[in-house]
Amino acid sequence: MATFTAFNTRLNPNLQTLIWLLGALSISYALHAINLHSWVSVSFVLFAIWRFLMEKNGWRYPPIWVRLPLTIIGGVAVLVSYGSLFGRDASMALFAVMVTLKLLETKTPRDFIVMVILGYFLTINVLLFTQAIWVFFIIQIPMLALTACLVSTSYSSRKNALSHITMKTQAGLAGRMLLQAVPIMLVLFILFPRIPGPIWGIPRDAYSGMTGLSDSMEPGSISDLSLSSKVAFRAEFKSVIPANNQLYWRGPVLWHQVGRSWLKTSERLILPQESLNIKGKDVNYSITLEPHNRNWLLMLDIPISLPPNATVKHDFQVLSNEPIRTRIRYDGQSNLQYVLGETLNEQEQTLSLQLSEDENPKTHALAKQWLTENKSPSDIVLAAIKMFREQPFIYTLAPPRLGNEPVDDFLFNTRRGFCEHYSSSFVYLMRAAGVPARIVTGYQGGELNPNGNYLIVRQSDAHAWAEVWLQGRGWVRVDPTSAVSPSRIESGIGSALSDSNLLPLFARQDYPMLKKLYLNWDAVNNGWNQWVLGYDQQKQLSLLSKIIGKKIAWEDLGLILVGVMISLMLIISYFLLRNQAVLLSPVKKSYHRFLNKLGKIGLVKLPHEGVINFGNRAAAQLPEKTKEIDEISQLYSSIQYANSNQNSSIALLKKLVKGFSVK
Amino acid sequence: MPVGKSTKLSRRHIYILPTRFGWLFGILLIALLVGSINYSLSLGFAMTFLLAGFGSVSMLHTWRNLANLHITLRRAQSVFAGEEAIFELQVNEDNHRARYALNAHFKESQINLENIDTNMPDIAVFGEAIFKLPILSQKRGWLTAPRITFSTEFPVSFFHVWAYAKLDGKCLIYPAPLNHNQAIASTDEAGNTGNQHSPHGDDDFAGHRTYQFGDSPKRVDWKASSREQGLFTKQFQGEAVSSVWLDWQATTGENIELRISQLTRWVIDAEANKQQYGLRLPHLILNPANGDTHYQQCLTALALM
Repeated sequence: MATFTAFNTRLNPNLQTLIWLLGALSISYALHAINLHSWVSVSFVLFAIWRFLMEKNGWRYPPIWVRLPLTIIGGVAVLVSYGSLFGRDASMALFAVMVTLKLLETKTPRDFIVMVILGYFLTINVLLFTQAIWVFFIIQIPMLALTACLVSTSYSSRKNALSHITMKTQAGLAGRMLLQAVPIMLVLFILFPRIPGPIWGIPRDAYSGMTGLSDSMEPGSISDLSLSSKVAFRAEFKSVIPANNQLYWRGPVLWHQVGRSWLKTSERLILPQESLNIKGKDVNYSITLEPHNRNWLLMLDIPISLPPNATVKHDFQVLSNEPIRTRIRYDGQSNLQYVLGETLNEQEQTLSLQLSEDENPKTHALAKQWLTENKSPSDIVLAAIKMFREQPFIYTLAPPRLGNEPVDDFLFNTRRGFCEHYSSSFVYLMRAAGVPARIVTGYQGGELNPNGNYLIVRQSDAHAWAEVWLQGRGWVRVDPTSAVSPSRIESGIGSALSDSNLLPLFARQDYPMLKKLYLNWDAVNNGWNQWVLGYDQQKQLSLLSKIIGKKIAWEDLGLILVGVMISLMLIISYFLLRNQAVLLSPVKKSYHRFLNKLGKIGLVKLPHEGVINFGNRAAAQLPEKTKEIDEISQLYSSIQYANSNQNSSIALLKKLVKGFSVK
Repeated sequence: MPVGKSTKLSRRHIYILPTRFGWLFGILLIALLVGSINYSLSLGFAMTFLLAGFGSVSMLHTWRNLANLHITLRRAQSVFAGEEAIFELQVNEDNHRARYALNAHFKESQINLENIDTNMPDIAVFGEAIFKLPILSQKRGWLTAPRITFSTEFPVSFFHVWAYAKLDGKCLIYPAPLNHNQAIASTDEAGNTGNQHSPHGDDDFAGHRTYQFGDSPKRVDWKASSREQGLFTKQFQGEAVSSVWLDWQATTGENIELRISQLTRWVIDAEANKQQYGLRLPHLILNPANGDTHYQQCLTALALM
C-alpha cells in the first residue's frame, strides 16, 4: 500500500519527457534535411543540445532579449535562403525553425503538450516531400516517441514521487494506443470520401522536386537526366512486350533551333494534324506515370488512341489537359508500323528546315558538298549515318564542353557526346542539306521486371532521336545514336556506356544480385504506388463496388462510413472498457472462478483479506465444504507465494476448482 | 452521485470533456485533413486517420483510468476549528488495470489548490492507495465530508475525466482555543472561584486512589493493584491540590463561542501542564483527571455544546 501526502507540488516535466521530445524531433528533422536546406536541421541539433544541457545542468532559460533576436534571425535566414517566407518549402522551413526556437521556452507541461502537437505536424509534413514506403515506416518512430512524450507529460513529475513510471512503460502505453488506432485508420483510409484536391491553389514550388523531360533541349539536358535512377513510368503490356529497339516512348517534339537549344512549336501556331496510316498490329498497354509537373503523357511510337482528358498535337505528341502532379495510370494503344505525315505543307517545310544563320560553317560546307554530289534526301540520311558509324564517334555521358560553333565543334572536333548531341547535330546537318527534320525526345527501352511482368522506364532511359521527312515515306524515325552505339538501342543504356560508373547504380550491368533485389523492391513499390498512394475517389468507389457487389455512389460512401465506424468504435470500446481483465494467469483465473462460485452465495473476499483467512471464514460458513475450501486455499497460496510453480499443482488447482460446487 | 460510506465510480457517474489541448489536437486533425485533400496526399490521409484513431482511443483510455474504482472514506482525525482537517480516502483497484496520476479533492475545501498538490497517486493492479484530502475547518462541531471530485487526464491530457462522490464521513472539529493566555480561573468543589495554587512539591507520593478512566498507565500502582481488588492509581503530593475545575461559570461575556474558546484554551493548557482538571459545563460535568482520553472527552464535550 502506498500513502501519498498532499503536499507534493507539481513540477515541470523532467528529463525523461525532454528526451522523448528531442529524440522524436531529431528523427523528423533528419528526414526534413533531405528536402529543406541543411542549416535548418543543423540548427535544430545545436538548440536541442543546448536545451538538453539546460535541463541536465539546471541552467537558466534564455530571457526574452535572447529569444526575440534569435526568432528574427531565424525568419531572416529563411527569407535569405528561400527568397520568400511563403511557398511550400519556405513555409515548411520557417515552421521548422520556429519549432526549434520554441525549444528554448519549453518548460511547463502546457509547453510540452503544445510542442508534441507541433511535432506531430512537423513529422507528418515529411510526407509532403516524399511518400516512399521506408519514409512512411520511419516516421512511425517519431510518432511513437511524441506520443510517449505526451504520456510522460501527462503523468507529470512530482517532487517526492514515490512511484515512477519508466520510459519503457510510457513507450508501451503509447505504442498500444497507436496500435489500437490502426483499425480506425484503416477503416477511415478505405471509406473516408476522397475529395479530389486541390481545394485552393498550391504553392508554385510544390512540385519543384519532380524530374522529367523538359520542353526544350540543349547539350547536357538529357545526360543530366540520365544520371537519375528515378522511375519515369512503368508500363504493363496486355500482350507480348515489343523488342527493345521498338520501344520508343514518344515525348515532346522539337522544331525550333536557337543557338544550342531546340524548342517545340509555339502554342499559337496552328498546323494541320499529320496524316497517319497504320500497318501493323495494335499494341495495348497501360502506363503508370510518375508526376513530372508537365503535360506530356508518354506513349509508344506511334499512339493511335488517346487516354481520357488528353489531346494530341499535330506532331503526335500526347498532352494531358492538366500538368501531371500526381501519379496517374492510363491505357495506351499504339502501332509500331506506320506512315506519318505523307504530305508536308509549306509552313511545315519552312519550320522543319529552319536554322539560325551564320553558324557552324563546316557543317554547312559538308551539307553543301553532299548536295553538289547530287545525293537524294535518303542518300543524305544514309551518308550522315555512315559518318557517325565509321568515324571515331564515342557515346559518353561525360562529353567535353563544346565551343561557340557547337555543331562544328562536335562533328569535326570532339566527337564525343550523348544522344542529344547526336540527334541535334544530325537534324542540323539534315536541315543544312535541305532535308526536313525534327527532334523527338522521350524515353527509349525500359527494364523488364519479371516479378511483375512490367517494364520500368527510368529517367536514365531518357533519349532523343530524329525524324526526317522523305517524299513518299513521310516522317521516318532515324536514331543516330544507334549508329554510334547500337547496344544502347538493343539492350539499354547500361550496356552501351563504357564509363558506366557515372550511371545510377541500378542502370548498370554489374552486380546481378543487387539488381535482382532491386527488381523485387520495385515490384513492392509498384504495388504500394498502385494501391496506397494511388488510392483515389475512383479506386475507392470501384473497390467498394467490388466488395459489395453492386455499383455504389459517392453519397452511399458516407452512410457506409458512419455504419462501419460506429460498429468499430463499439468493438474497440468493448475491448478497452470491459470490466473483467483478460490477462489473468491460469492460476489466478482458477482462483477467480472459485471466488465467483462462493460469491454466488454471498461469500465475498474482502480486498484486504488474505487467501487463507478468507478460506477459514468461508469454511466456517460452509462446514460441509471445509476440506475442499482449505485444499484450494492452501494450494493457491502455495503456488502464488511459495513459488512452487509446477504444472502439476496448477493442474490440480484447476481440477479442484472445477469439482467445487456450492448449492 | 453515490451516497454511503464507500462506493464504486461506475459509468453513470463519470463525465468527460476535451481539455484545451484536446481542442488543439482537433485543430491539428482538421489542418492535416485539409492539407491532405489539397495536396492529394494519400499518406497524409493515412497519418491523419491514425491520429484521429489515436484521439478516440485515448479518450477511452482516459475514461478507464478513472472508471470502476472502489472508494471508501475513512474517519478523519479531529482538529481545532480553523485548522486543516484531513480525510483519508482509500481507493481500491479491482479491475486488473493499473491507474496513474489520479487526482481527488473536496469541491469546497477552501484550500487554495495552487498551493497544495494535486495529489496524484498511482494504483497498481488490484492494489490500493490512500488519498489524503485536506479541508479547512470553519467552526466547531461535526464537519461532514463534502462532495469529492475525482479526476484524471492521464495518459494524454486531451481529455478531462471526472466523477463526483458524496460519501458519509464526519470529522469532529474542536472549538478554536482563545489565543491570549488568561490564567486558568479555577473553582473549588462548590463552584466558588479561586486561583489555583500548589504549595507543595509535585513528587511526593501521597497515597492511592481508585483508578479512573483516563489515568496514565504509568501511574497505575500495579503492585498495590495485584494485592487488592481493583486498580489503584498512585497519587502524588501537589497533584491532588493542583486539580482544577474548569467551570462554564468562570467564563464571562455575552458571546457563547468566546466562552467555549476560553474553556478550550484552559483545557489545552491544563493538559499541557499535566494537571488534574475537571470540566463543569451547564449540562455535563467531567470529573478531574488527565491523559489523552480525558483531554479528548473534554474537547468533544466543548465541541458539541
